[in-house]
Amino acid sequence: MADHEIVIAGFGGQGLLFAGKVLAHAGLLEGRELSWLPSYGPEMRGGTANCNVILSDSPVGSPIVQHPNVLIVMNAPSLDKYESEVAPGGKIFLDSTLITRKVERKDVDVYYVPATRMAADMGTPGLANMVLLGTVIRETKCVKDETVDEALRHVIPARKANLFDANKNAVEAGRNYKE
Amino acid sequence: MKEKVLMKGNEAIAEAAILAGCRHYFGYPITPQTEVAAYMAKKMPKIGGTFLQAESEIAAINMVYGVASTGKPAMTSSSSPGIALKCEGISYLAGADLPAFIVNVQRGGPGLGGIQPSQSDYFLATRGPGHGDFHVLVFAPASVQEMADLTGRALHLAWRYRMPAMLLADGTMGQMMEPVALPDECQAFGSDNPWAATGTECRRPHNIINSLELAPEKLEQSNFARFERYAEIEKTETAWEEYRMEDAEICIVSYGITARISRNAIVEARKEGIKVGMIRPITLWPFPKAPLLAAAEKVDSFLCVEMNMGQMKEDVELAVRCRKPVDLCCRVGGMIPTPDEVLAHIRKLAEGGNK
Repeated sequence: MADHEIVIAGFGGQGLLFAGKVLAHAGLLEGRELSWLPSYGPEMRGGTANCNVILSDSPVGSPIVQHPNVLIVMNAPSLDKYESEVAPGGKIFLDSTLITRKVERKDVDVYYVPATRMAADMGTPGLANMVLLGTVIRETKCVKDETVDEALRHVIPARKANLFDANKNAVEAGRNYKE
Repeated sequence: MKEKVLMKGNEAIAEAAILAGCRHYFGYPITPQTEVAAYMAKKMPKIGGTFLQAESEIAAINMVYGVASTGKPAMTSSSSPGIALKCEGISYLAGADLPAFIVNVQRGGPGLGGIQPSQSDYFLATRGPGHGDFHVLVFAPASVQEMADLTGRALHLAWRYRMPAMLLADGTMGQMMEPVALPDECQAFGSDNPWAATGTECRRPHNIINSLELAPEKLEQSNFARFERYAEIEKTETAWEEYRMEDAEICIVSYGITARISRNAIVEARKEGIKVGMIRPITLWPFPKAPLLAAAEKVDSFLCVEMNMGQMKEDVELAVRCRKPVDLCCRVGGMIPTPDEVLAHIRKLAEGGNK
């Protein structure tokens, strides 16, 4: 399988690092080589934040993704910042509730998912990250469907274990979403 | 092999130190290494260990001195400005021939600098961090697995040689998560040191832990004795890794995160037919002089890739005795070189751009 070099970017507080952790943990369960690297600047809630995840079948060199072949963006500034960095032929997934402009690149596949609206309609407005992740997993097959459930169990902290079903449903909604 | 777990580099250091037998941690928070302290704060009380957030970095290193005086393993962790504060204590530890484990997850400097990753404490770590003639063992991990493995090695070697050991990481290594197979749990150690100040019970002369010696003849002898030990360590404990060096014409020298980045560049350069390899120092003191000198017989040039203004470059030039040119590819201040930048530098060298 080809390497997946993933950048997840948006506002702090949107669960970007968490979405990356789910992918990383699923990779771990599948015995793949991987790295997960967060931005750790003063960008907790409201500022821009991002996380780099690499899933590979050979040892990971630099954990810093230079040219993502999967870009997941949850705010307009992040699309502005990363659009030009995406590798030709890569895939861009964006939250079309929060980003109103279209992607200008012609050499990439783009998936517009109204993730924030869908998550709000489901009564879990904080889970737009998981909705997007569902579409990402369907389109990239970067990890297997069945390992995502298992990964969620590991990554959701014990004190929030009651949110497992909501997370799972959000991933499912994203997986089934068709433009 | 044990099942792998997903951990941040900082957490792997903490867990590995516990598994290696360390039960005393003293620290003071600073980005980007605070997870070490947070992990210790959670775990140490549950296993009968000591976690203490000191009033300052200086207090923390002196608490390490106190525990080390009893022979038991103890550690502290910080990032660049905090390590600078600890230097007085590290010199006293070296002067008293005490072991200690010190973690430096580097950030950009000088001064308060920034919080993004850096390797600009290379001089500080490798020249003996403090006043006086001394060295500390310096380990430079390049993966979360090595963060764990080298933590155990550093702790045990520090206690074997009665000298401080430093794990020299950077913000990227501390913050990133990778799968790691945690090392096996070690037997507790440090309770049977004949030199430790643990009470005489009126059965033996006092053990005195002290770095003060006013008789210059004696102080000279203790310095000589220490450097005899260092010479032994240089022979036995130097560690490095070679990558694609079999036919290399250009030799990259890089450690830690920049070695990872260089690896990507090497893979790309090899696709273009450029014969480039890497010698990655795992110990920065002792420095792998012998393999570098041997490489100087074979390669056309060296390229240091570092996140400082060329601090290791001086050591490489000394190690290869200036027989071949040594070039530098660097970013500083919290900036990280990209594989493309390193690749561009490799191409330039391949075209003879260093002559």
